[in-house]
Amino acid sequence: MSIVSRDRKVQVMNNTGEPIPSESANAAPGQKPEVALHLDNLSAWYGDFQALHSITLDIPKNQVTAFIGPSGCGKSTLLRWFNRMNDTIFSARATGTLRMGDQDLLSSRTDVVDLRRRVGIVFQKPNPFPKSIFENVAFGPRLHMKLNRSELNDLVEWALRKASVWQEVKDRLHSPAVGLSGGQQQRLCIARAIAVGPEMLLMDEPCSALDPASTLAIENLMDELRSQYTIVIVTHNMQQAARSSDRTLFFFEGRLIEAGDTELIFTKPTQKQTEDYVRGRFG
Amino acid sequence: MSSVPLSDSENHALEQRVGQYLKKPRRNLSLIRIRESFFFFLLIGCGLFSLLVTVSIVFVLFSETLEFFSADEVTLSNFIGSARWNPLLGETKSFGIWGLISGTLLVTGIAMSLALPLGLITAIYLSEYAPRKVRDVLKPILEILAGIPTVVYGFFALMTITPFLQWLHDGFSVYNAMSAGIAVGILCFPTVCSLAEDALRAVPQALRDGAFGLGGTKFDATIKVIVPAALSGIVSAFLLAIARAIGETMIVALAAGSRPQATIDPREQIQTMTGFMVQMSGGDVSNFGTEYYSMYAVAFTLFLITLTLTMIGNLVRRKFRESYE
Repeated sequence: MSIVSRDRKVQVMNNTGEPIPSESANAAPGQKPEVALHLDNLSAWYGDFQALHSITLDIPKNQVTAFIGPSGCGKSTLLRWFNRMNDTIFSARATGTLRMGDQDLLSSRTDVVDLRRRVGIVFQKPNPFPKSIFENVAFGPRLHMKLNRSELNDLVEWALRKASVWQEVKDRLHSPAVGLSGGQQQRLCIARAIAVGPEMLLMDEPCSALDPASTLAIENLMDELRSQYTIVIVTHNMQQAARSSDRTLFFFEGRLIEAGDTELIFTKPTQKQTEDYVRGRFG
Repeated sequence: MSSVPLSDSENHALEQRVGQYLKKPRRNLSLIRIRESFFFFLLIGCGLFSLLVTVSIVFVLFSETLEFFSADEVTLSNFIGSARWNPLLGETKSFGIWGLISGTLLVTGIAMSLALPLGLITAIYLSEYAPRKVRDVLKPILEILAGIPTVVYGFFALMTITPFLQWLHDGFSVYNAMSAGIAVGILCFPTVCSLAEDALRAVPQALRDGAFGLGGTKFDATIKVIVPAALSGIVSAFLLAIARAIGETMIVALAAGSRPQATIDPREQIQTMTGFMVQMSGGDVSNFGTEYYSMYAVAFTLFLITLTLTMIGNLVRRKFRESYE
């Protein structure tokens, strides 16, 4: 199958699984859950290379949205625009609309420091700071809030419990975080991210460096967290997307090919490319 | 290389050719073994050579120092208990090493209070804040600064810094500790900066991303994550700079003066340990008298100081190491 042409309109589905044209995506009142992020015609570049082509979609609130697609399809790039992590890459730029509520996230006036507090991120490789477990979780709160010692202790325990790593670390809160296993480190990073009270969690292939047991622990964790947080996860693992997400979006070569309820994407994809990919025929 | 499958006859021909290659004579194993042992002994030899050089230098220092202390006019209590260093004048000879150590410490202190903060701040700027283009220009300039012969710094101190200091304040003598200290500081600045920058840049990008991802500003990331993570490298850079300042000779010989005295007044002329050794080996002593041997005692003291510094450095580094792997 040939690659979708540049100006082909992306199909976005509503909750009932019926494809609707993206232009009228907002015209389905009542059926859509609350929108956490709204993207319209978002394109992104690294220097001269266009990494994303006119992406239009909504990220629903308090759901797990999975981005799937082969390497280099732009899914991580898109994720990293949601909290402007791409600002750290000199040649990265984007055009179009990316809104959280009525805040234009691409505006140069957007306070990225506040944005990143509201939109936390967990990276592919666990990246605990070379500090103690406690100090890792306390890092964000110390930046943003004025808490006394007992409040901070409380908050750290809460975050570690939320990230289901408390039982394993409660007796060694003050030993170095780098001494934890990879899976524990990643859950620690999740605790660190939720300790600043974000509304949204971005996860960039959070399990690709982990063993199956740790992966399972993190998937269970996402399941528990979804009631409180909007979660967007980028993954290469089809089963993971199928198991742990409510909605799945398939990207290919910088374009959104298909979006819909996870069950439908994996059982009745409307696009040939999506079908090939989820069946493991390419990518 | 084409990916088209080979025809049977082509495949057969290829098999034949490779078969021939594999039958070619192998390398001579006994020659290989000789080469291996030759290389092994070469490495051992080089290792032993450096060991031998170090041991013999320490041995010479030590034996000549003993010679110094065996002289009648020298007592250990005078050496380590007095600050009056006056080895040349017959009647009032005194060998109080603190007279020289204080000079060295004064110059080193002035130099480090300049080079350490300036070097670290510049390193942070280059590593975390500077655009690539700026860094590409600044770093080679710093390296040029590190390549200037120290005698030039000495002249610079004497001819430029000292007059400037005298213009600022009348109290500075022609030779003074301040001027030499500033020049040593300028000398050490690129060392601190370059090594600290290497240490900062070696911190994985993932840690910066982690700090930014939590809503940290550039300042938060730098001060609370990057600098602590690079601390062991930064401490190494500091210690190397201190060792270099203590051992620096040419600048102090030219600009600091030659009057050993325990003072903390940077306007005064002083003499450092290295400065004294230059004076001695420069021909101020003609015989092999006590004053000649005193040079070795000073050198040995200097050696002990730098050795202690290195060991403290290793301890500090181990204590502060925040390994990020």
